[in-house]
Amino acid sequence: MKVTRRKFMQISGATAAGLAVSGLGFDLAPVRSHAQMLKTKYAKETTTICPYCAVGCGAIVHTSKKGDGRVMNIEGDPGHVINRGSLCSKGAALSGLTENTNRLLEPMYRARYSKEWQQVSWDWALTEIAERVKKTRDATFTKKNGKRQVVNRTTGIVSVGSAAMDNEECWIYQALMRSLGLVYIEHQARI
Amino acid sequence: MTNHWIDIKNSDCILIMGSNAAENHPVSFKYVAKAMRNGAKLINVDPRFTRTSAKADIFTRLRSGTDIAFLGGMIKHILDNKLYNKAYVSAYTNGPFVVGEKFGFKDGLFSGYDEKARKYDKSQWAFEMDKNGVPKMDRSLDNPRCVLKLLEQHYSRYDTKLVSKITGTPEADLNEVYKTYAATGATGKAGTIMYAMGWTQHTVGVQNIRTMAIIQLLLGNMGVAGGGVNALRGESNVQGSTDHCLLWHIWPGYLKTPRASNVSLEAYNKQWTPKSNDPLSANWWQNYPKYSVSLLKSFFGENATPGNDFGYDWLPKVDDGKAYSWLDLFDEMYRGTVSGFFAWGQNPACSGANAGKNRKAMANLDWMVNVNLFDNETGSFWRGPGMDPASIKTEVFMLPACVSVEKEGSITNSGRWMQWRYQGPKPLGNSRSDGDIIMELGYKLKEVYKKGGTFTKPIKNLKWDYMTNGMYDPHKVAKEINGYFLEDVTVKGKLYKKGTLVPSFAFLQADGSTSSANWLYCNSYTEKGNMAARRGQEDAENKIGLYPEFSWCWPVNRRIIYNRASVDLKGEPWDKKDWVIRWNGKKWIGDVPDGGWPPLGSLDNPNPKSKWAFIMRKHGHAQIFGPGRADGPFPEHYEPLECPVEENLMSKQRMSPVAPVYGSKADAFKTCDPRYPIVGTTYRVSEHWQSGLMTRPQPWLLELQPQVFVEISEELAKFKGINNGERVLATSARGSLECTAIVTKRFKPFKIGGNTVHQVGFPWHFGWRWPENGKEESVNLLTPATGDPNTRIPETKAFMVNVSKI
Repeated sequence: MKVTRRKFMQISGATAAGLAVSGLGFDLAPVRSHAQMLKTKYAKETTTICPYCAVGCGAIVHTSKKGDGRVMNIEGDPGHVINRGSLCSKGAALSGLTENTNRLLEPMYRARYSKEWQQVSWDWALTEIAERVKKTRDATFTKKNGKRQVVNRTTGIVSVGSAAMDNEECWIYQALMRSLGLVYIEHQARI
Repeated sequence: MTNHWIDIKNSDCILIMGSNAAENHPVSFKYVAKAMRNGAKLINVDPRFTRTSAKADIFTRLRSGTDIAFLGGMIKHILDNKLYNKAYVSAYTNGPFVVGEKFGFKDGLFSGYDEKARKYDKSQWAFEMDKNGVPKMDRSLDNPRCVLKLLEQHYSRYDTKLVSKITGTPEADLNEVYKTYAATGATGKAGTIMYAMGWTQHTVGVQNIRTMAIIQLLLGNMGVAGGGVNALRGESNVQGSTDHCLLWHIWPGYLKTPRASNVSLEAYNKQWTPKSNDPLSANWWQNYPKYSVSLLKSFFGENATPGNDFGYDWLPKVDDGKAYSWLDLFDEMYRGTVSGFFAWGQNPACSGANAGKNRKAMANLDWMVNVNLFDNETGSFWRGPGMDPASIKTEVFMLPACVSVEKEGSITNSGRWMQWRYQGPKPLGNSRSDGDIIMELGYKLKEVYKKGGTFTKPIKNLKWDYMTNGMYDPHKVAKEINGYFLEDVTVKGKLYKKGTLVPSFAFLQADGSTSSANWLYCNSYTEKGNMAARRGQEDAENKIGLYPEFSWCWPVNRRIIYNRASVDLKGEPWDKKDWVIRWNGKKWIGDVPDGGWPPLGSLDNPNPKSKWAFIMRKHGHAQIFGPGRADGPFPEHYEPLECPVEENLMSKQRMSPVAPVYGSKADAFKTCDPRYPIVGTTYRVSEHWQSGLMTRPQPWLLELQPQVFVEISEELAKFKGINNGERVLATSARGSLECTAIVTKRFKPFKIGGNTVHQVGFPWHFGWRWPENGKEESVNLLTPATGDPNTRIPETKAFMVNVSKI
């Protein structure tokens, strides 16, 4: 029997409602207990904090120690003093964010007036970006403003982001931008 | 948040206004429910009935953009009925301060208004000083020019009849809310506010929050358990990214970005270090030079020396009086003055107000770098709706970042808790952590500038040693953020060895002998270890849910800030049961106190070893009168830039006289225009997040909330002939949006000044890139790019639209 996800949910919903024999025609209990074992026996366990809102709920990540080394399961962390194991719809879907086939996995480049992306290497992309930054910065660098005050800045490059970065990343990011002379540095906190 | 999530359980009355905690911060509601089980009342005020409203003891509506009128009425109610905590107001706030004769208010304008410059001369709002240069005070609160009396005068106009006409809230509801919340003014009772973007995204955003802060001070609700002013922040690390100041106007730790007039480090420190002549004012910011020099030492390491002003000149300066905010940034880009653009983990093609303007602006760039988890509407703007790639010159580099569980580091939650995360799987495919991307780009830039270039010193001298075995090392940065002793330093007779981590910011120095990349986080990673990684389950002895050994919070692990105001003059807690700190005769116990000084003892003859309660304020008192704000020392009701009324019923001044208004072709505004007669607002749903980029590409979440919609009342639907589930067209002066109509009982028409006014709402999570059919667009195509005069946060919560059948 081909079971679509929606169909599966309908059927398994029915079993949860108390039917002794599931609509699937087989008993899920051994699968469940095997899944429990998989999580602990073949997995690395790490704690994380949910990346969505700022409540800061804890979650436990189980990562396969075998095969692809990918996430097997993410669930609320009962030892976290704020959420005590509970998560909202987004936090509960965290494994769906990580193991997501829509994710961007390669650096891409779009040339001037082009209609398409092309895949490029990290080294090429970062080298080219550094050259663009230098060219624009040096062409737009202002040492003194209209009042002859030293300002040492560029307004030709601007940067936004990001509350999605870790604290440590935020710090080195702003240090790099400020050392380049950027003053237009903004992010989510302003919007 | 001045308090933190768990602390909500200690409250006696919770006001949720300008947020929808049940749907947008769902787990926080656990603590609302806990408080309610212990007898707390929940009040919810919102234009729309939400899942938060469904749980509330009292729910009432207000029209978007009228919060100051609503809350101003509460201030009047508290003062008229003498419901304020007089002992608290007199001892801890600037209520007793005497305001100078130049201050005045007439016809909706404060004194000092310059109409041409749309700006106030704030010097006219100064306090009167005594011969020692300390503000004159009348602790009895009787002086007719004292702040409390002026407050009473200012809000005397905010009677419930007028407030009701403006907000559309029935008078009986206003009275019930006022009475219920004001009951927390009783000694030992605590009321709290949970607010979010529903308050900030207005041309009066800062003053919305100030109005509530004034209420909290009048009722003695600051510093206490179950009290405070609590912003429910929307991004997992928006607290941390703000603390590290990814913002034009501030440097890490809320230091100021230097102005062009700050010509040397000395001039900079002099301008931004507040001076108090009051020996009882801790005036904590007097330590400013210690923090600025320690920051420069973290920027430039050994290259920062006293001889070169620690590299002060190497960092950029902004012009005095000019704003470089988000709205200004995109305005400049739209005007074509910007060549290069970085968008790191952000999606301004959907998340910025007047997103259509932002998208057009991007076509003026030479190059863009877009770093994200998914291809988004920003990186792919050139192939979005209405765009012709063949005519767009912008080069785009799109770099794949990895997901949070694939890297290690810390984030800071809304309650200021810094929490450490660990790496589970390695980054998927060729994605990389932001940390690795930033480090690598830094090395590349250092490399290209080795060959020469313009003003190369800051790039060459930037300390950039945060890699281990060729990979970005978050521990190295976390330690730098905490700070090191760079020489052997003796503090209070104890020697601290060179190269060791600084125990806390009290040890930082202004002579270059310490580093600290962010003084506020000094104490987070010490010789005792990584404090953010702690998992201790023990509560503190006051048993109010502080959990002091779980993670770490700034400042110095103080879980409830301003806690010196939680006690009376003898150091006895106002609330004997849910106490925060207590003086045991020798020292403070409970939470980490706001400084270890003994209690004041009395106001007439205070202990000279003590300090006033609000240690971060220059004069040591919380500010009911706020003379530093751009739009006035007291909050005043003004209508939004776009509104449904021709007149502000409160004064002759329709909108904020100092809110920024941009003049590009893309910035059209329409007020009282029959083409746009309906108030629009934006909000969120539980299943999506922000511009939706981290949720829309997920099949599970997209299945739960697949489409952008406009929620409209049954009355408006009937009037317009719109059926539930139909696709409709929403329009504003700036753009249009096709969306699905959801007809509900949750919106109701308002009676505003005798007329019927309809309001509708949109979730702002959508964009054409995901779902891939390209039909679900961003509501920010409709919203206006104007904002608060203090912060320039855009007014995306109140604007005018129309909705029609397609």
